[in-house]
Amino acid sequence: MTACGTTKEDGKGGGSDAACDLKLAFFGPETGDAAGLGKPIIQGAKLAVDQYNADADCKVELVKYDSQGSPDAAPGLARDVVGDESIIGVVGPAFSGESAAAGPIFADVGVPTITPSATNPTLADNGWDTFHRALGNDATQGPAAARYIKDTLKAASVFVIDDASEYGAGLAGIVEKDLGDAVKGTDTIQQKQTDFSATVTKVTSAKPDAVFFGGYYAEATLLIGQLRDGGWDGTFVVADGVKDPAFLDAKDAAEGTIITCPCIPDTDPAVAQFAKDYEAAFGEAPGTYAAESYDAANIFLDGIGDGIDNREDMLKFVNDYDEKGITKQLKFDDKGEPADVHVYAYTVKDGAIVPEGEIK
Amino acid sequence: MNFDFFFSNLPELTITGLAFGAIYALIALGYTMVYGVLQLINFAHSEVFMYGTFATLWVVMALGAADADGVQLIAILIAALLAAMALSALIALALERVAYRPLIKRDAPRLIALISAIGASFVLAELMGLRDRIAGWLHLDDNLSEYVRKAKINNSMAGAIEKPRFEVAGVSISSIDVIVIVAAIGMMILLDQFVRRSRLGKGIRATAQDPETAALMGVNPTRTIQYTFLIGGLMAGVAAFLYMLKLDATNYQVGFLLGVKAFTAAVLGGIGNLRGALLGGLVLGVAENWGQALIGSQWRDVIAFVLLVLILLVRPTGLLGESLGKARA
Repeated sequence: MTACGTTKEDGKGGGSDAACDLKLAFFGPETGDAAGLGKPIIQGAKLAVDQYNADADCKVELVKYDSQGSPDAAPGLARDVVGDESIIGVVGPAFSGESAAAGPIFADVGVPTITPSATNPTLADNGWDTFHRALGNDATQGPAAARYIKDTLKAASVFVIDDASEYGAGLAGIVEKDLGDAVKGTDTIQQKQTDFSATVTKVTSAKPDAVFFGGYYAEATLLIGQLRDGGWDGTFVVADGVKDPAFLDAKDAAEGTIITCPCIPDTDPAVAQFAKDYEAAFGEAPGTYAAESYDAANIFLDGIGDGIDNREDMLKFVNDYDEKGITKQLKFDDKGEPADVHVYAYTVKDGAIVPEGEIK
Repeated sequence: MNFDFFFSNLPELTITGLAFGAIYALIALGYTMVYGVLQLINFAHSEVFMYGTFATLWVVMALGAADADGVQLIAILIAALLAAMALSALIALALERVAYRPLIKRDAPRLIALISAIGASFVLAELMGLRDRIAGWLHLDDNLSEYVRKAKINNSMAGAIEKPRFEVAGVSISSIDVIVIVAAIGMMILLDQFVRRSRLGKGIRATAQDPETAALMGVNPTRTIQYTFLIGGLMAGVAAFLYMLKLDATNYQVGFLLGVKAFTAAVLGGIGNLRGALLGGLVLGVAENWGQALIGSQWRDVIAFVLLVLILLVRPTGLLGESLGKARA
């Protein structure tokens, strides 16, 4: 049995002064088109909660609010969350679009949120003091992607495509601005679109060295397949929204794709123990943002372990938090952005997404 | 407006537009024929198509098309085509039996049949979306995981079929696009001749013109309606096969947007008119591609529907404007 008392050092376990009957909420896609991106986030948070519960007198419950990643569903779900007083913190919302839609409701009532995956920079500019982000935003990811395209790929001409989503359009805009004159053309597709003939013709006629696509894997998989069928053979560069095993469905067409992501590779020594525990619990290697989600959940769990039992104190606790997480030093500035940010490059090689290292 | 790009790539934009338009046209047939006979929009027809795409995908995966070439590959593709046609036809027949016949028998208002169709559409789509759970209940998940995995996202047969391109007068053309266009137009001509000349086709046209008189003349209306759904389903199966050949991937929601577009194509050409469906589909496909090139890809759906509104303003009955019954189709 574990001894009573605070166990703040390792951040695990509820001591005798830990609060009871509290819940954490996961807010994001459990089903729907982007369910693949939601799964590792749910499992990362679940692992943190399970580890906490293993030696806690009072169990914390993780409740899942399935938004299907849709901004339309987000406000209604957010009202459900704020209506349940026992929910003391939210891991999520997972995507930028739903974060924008649900954010005002959380801010109004004062429910602290820590998103492990929403990367649109403008989310932090709304003055919501409840908003926190456990990863670098697209204002760091976008320039990193642009640097990679310029410095590592040495691409002289780039074609930029986005999917008109909060996330995709925002990111593509930053990359486009950063690349400047190297951008030879742009196009916007629609989510759920399946035929990209016109876009393919635009790319093949511009003959760029690289194509940057801001969007999610569902469209990226089809788009790269059709670009390759159309005879284009440059480098396809995408961001974290595509970092999902489902992208590998594009088979040969996916090979050589560069994926940027402010998510730590599961091979990084800092997350070795986490990766081992995760694999033992779920029978698979941690997916995108599992580690960030684990960190986000642990911030709340630390607070609960310290005896915090209401949203107001939890919000203050999160705002003042400054501890080493597994992915980075977890500390938020007054806008809720993390103080410590890294962006990594991954590439698709022999049918797997493998880390290439940090983009400096 | 990007005229430079538009004019320098006009041939390629037209061909890819025609290829997708041909798929619209084949789906549109199902809408148009059922409308001709029953004056009813079969909104579940999009799901008939969706099931065909999965039949194609599963057969291609099961028979290992990725490792096959030559005659073997062609045999697999023919098997996939037949499977798609069979499954789509089966779903179409089941639809008629479950969602329509009981209503028609009771002489229910058309609006009720429309609601029934929308309901059937949701049921069919969600059943496909939940196939991972269904396979789990049947304890098939481990054996069939390749076919049921990741139920809610794109299922892909990418890499199974080579898609060589060739050049004609400096224009790069995909062989798949050519196959799609030729196959679709070929099917339309066959169907057109069939409806015009065969006994069954005459029965369908007679029922479309005047169901009561047709019945008095010995045409069995129930049987005729059944055949109409069957033919619509077969054509949707061909469309599904060609769609998979072109795009490789499908998901359980793929029917919705394509169904709306195919319905648009049917109305554009003149609903109830077979040749109208072909013309409507091709015009819609090409207009979408041209519009995307000129204005931007995000305007695709806007272009399609603005075109529909404009044409209906000038010709309220669509481009060719006649019904199935008025015999020329």
